[in-house]
Amino acid sequence: MKMSSLLLWLRAIKARAYVRVIGGNRELSWVITEVGLPVISLSAYIFIYRSLGAPRIYEGLVVLGGAMIPFWVGVLWSMATQFYWEKEMGNLDLFMASPMPPTALLLGMAIGGMFMSLMRTLFVIVVGVLIFHVQLSIHQPGLLTLVFLLTMTSLFSLGMAASSAYFMVGRVGMRLNQILMEPIYLLSGLYFPVTHLGRILVAFAALIPLTLGLDGVRQLVLVGGASLGFLSPRTEALALAAMTTVFTFGAVRLMRLLEQQGKQRGTMSLRWQ
Amino acid sequence: MDFAIETADLVRTFKIKRGEFLTAVDRVNLQVKPGEVFGLLGPNGAGKTTVIKILVTLLYPTSGRAFVAGHDVVREAEAVRPLINMVSGGETSGYGILNVRENIWMFSQFYGMPGKLAKERIDRYLKRFEMTGDAATKVNRLSTGMRQKMNIIRGFVTDPQILFLDEPTLGLDVHIAREVRQYIREWIAEKKDHTILLTTHYMAEAEELCDRIAIIDNGKLVACDTPAALRATMGEGGAFTLTLSPAPTDTTLVDQIPDVRNAYLAKSDGRTTGELRFTLNSDARLPEIFAAATQAGFAVRGFSKREHDLEDLFVKIVGRRLHEDE
Repeated sequence: MKMSSLLLWLRAIKARAYVRVIGGNRELSWVITEVGLPVISLSAYIFIYRSLGAPRIYEGLVVLGGAMIPFWVGVLWSMATQFYWEKEMGNLDLFMASPMPPTALLLGMAIGGMFMSLMRTLFVIVVGVLIFHVQLSIHQPGLLTLVFLLTMTSLFSLGMAASSAYFMVGRVGMRLNQILMEPIYLLSGLYFPVTHLGRILVAFAALIPLTLGLDGVRQLVLVGGASLGFLSPRTEALALAAMTTVFTFGAVRLMRLLEQQGKQRGTMSLRWQ
Repeated sequence: MDFAIETADLVRTFKIKRGEFLTAVDRVNLQVKPGEVFGLLGPNGAGKTTVIKILVTLLYPTSGRAFVAGHDVVREAEAVRPLINMVSGGETSGYGILNVRENIWMFSQFYGMPGKLAKERIDRYLKRFEMTGDAATKVNRLSTGMRQKMNIIRGFVTDPQILFLDEPTLGLDVHIAREVRQYIREWIAEKKDHTILLTTHYMAEAEELCDRIAIIDNGKLVACDTPAALRATMGEGGAFTLTLSPAPTDTTLVDQIPDVRNAYLAKSDGRTTGELRFTLNSDARLPEIFAAATQAGFAVRGFSKREHDLEDLFVKIVGRRLHEDE
């Protein structure tokens, strides 16, 4: 890659990420809708566990599960449906007619999205820990960082691939998102140890990066978390790395396909004549 | 590079339904020289935007070829993109959560502009378009006109060698539209080797800005020349308006007179007076028209003549007015 091409690529990534890093946090209403509401939701589960006299570790499981909601919401609503909205707004034309490489567009969206979700996740954890006095114990910070980063990269590389795939199905994507909310929360074991799903279902659920990432983080953060885990965090890190690679490769291929089809069928623009 | 833009037998069809196709662009041949403001004039649905979409590498032609700055838009799209930019009328691009400056900066980065240069240019353009005070305003709070001025700045800020303006003044109020046209003239006067391809369905805009104009209708190029040369093809006559009392209900009065073309009823107060408009290739038939009006019981309350304009030419070539609803 030539120096000028590299600079263009980096500048384009930075500019597209800026929309989410700066713009996405500008209106503070997100604290209520994207932190307050998940906290209310996870509170319900905590009170259920308390009323049943469940071990305290379950409260930690729930807080960490709730903290991962912004990531999945980010993947579905800020990544998968993004190209559809870009077209509706008239941005997609301008992006595609600019010299910006499509990979820069995808990465800019993903990096910005990861930052935005991370802010919300940290808020949920802090609020959850403060309100419910959840005990966290980080004994392998390196592995925890690795698992967490790989969870983010695998989720958002899935989002990058989904953005092109969704674009091809148009408005159906909105319905698909609604379908993929609650079932994924269930399959990922957001509010309970995923091993309770049973072997077959958990094996299927392990194809979702959220499942493995959450399971790994729980094992590395909660006191006694390892006893509730599905696979070892190292194995989960490897699987997440593999998913990141596959999804990223798929995202680039799908983006090229989208561009080709868009040019052939005239589907990238709203106005044609 | 002989031409900034060149197309050869350019065709684009769209599939509408199974087995049914629409030919949006039909064997269009264009040759636009560097430094020109070239106008593509035609009614809605004529194929103007499709031509632009092909030239800016967003759409493949069905057949034929197109070159921008000497590069094939299909095979060398990556060589074309750094050299161009485009602005469309009624555009709602950008992000409402960003402010004006941030939006323009974001798009400048997609062209790889160094930060300092981008800042300098954005400042200069904001000042030129009297938007310095709006630089920190979020885009979702801008009026349509202000938003379009921001889009215009977005198009110019990368200093494109070839700029595509697709109905840039669509829906703008008179003042802002004039400001935009003024800047287009300034820009092209300053950048001698830069080129603008402008589509519009405003005749006056095309006449005011364009060195040459191509008229396009139903995807076909039906005329192409300088505005003066195109007008000259209309002959010496002109377009006439006859104000009659009582208001005529049809154009029969002039339809039977030889050489009268394109007669239609314009303004009418419904009862007392009404305007009858038509074109003539020479004034020689006027006495005959006045006599016919008197004989039919009309009183001539007013009469005016203007030189032929592109609207008349459009009617002559295409057989209908550019804005049928006016």
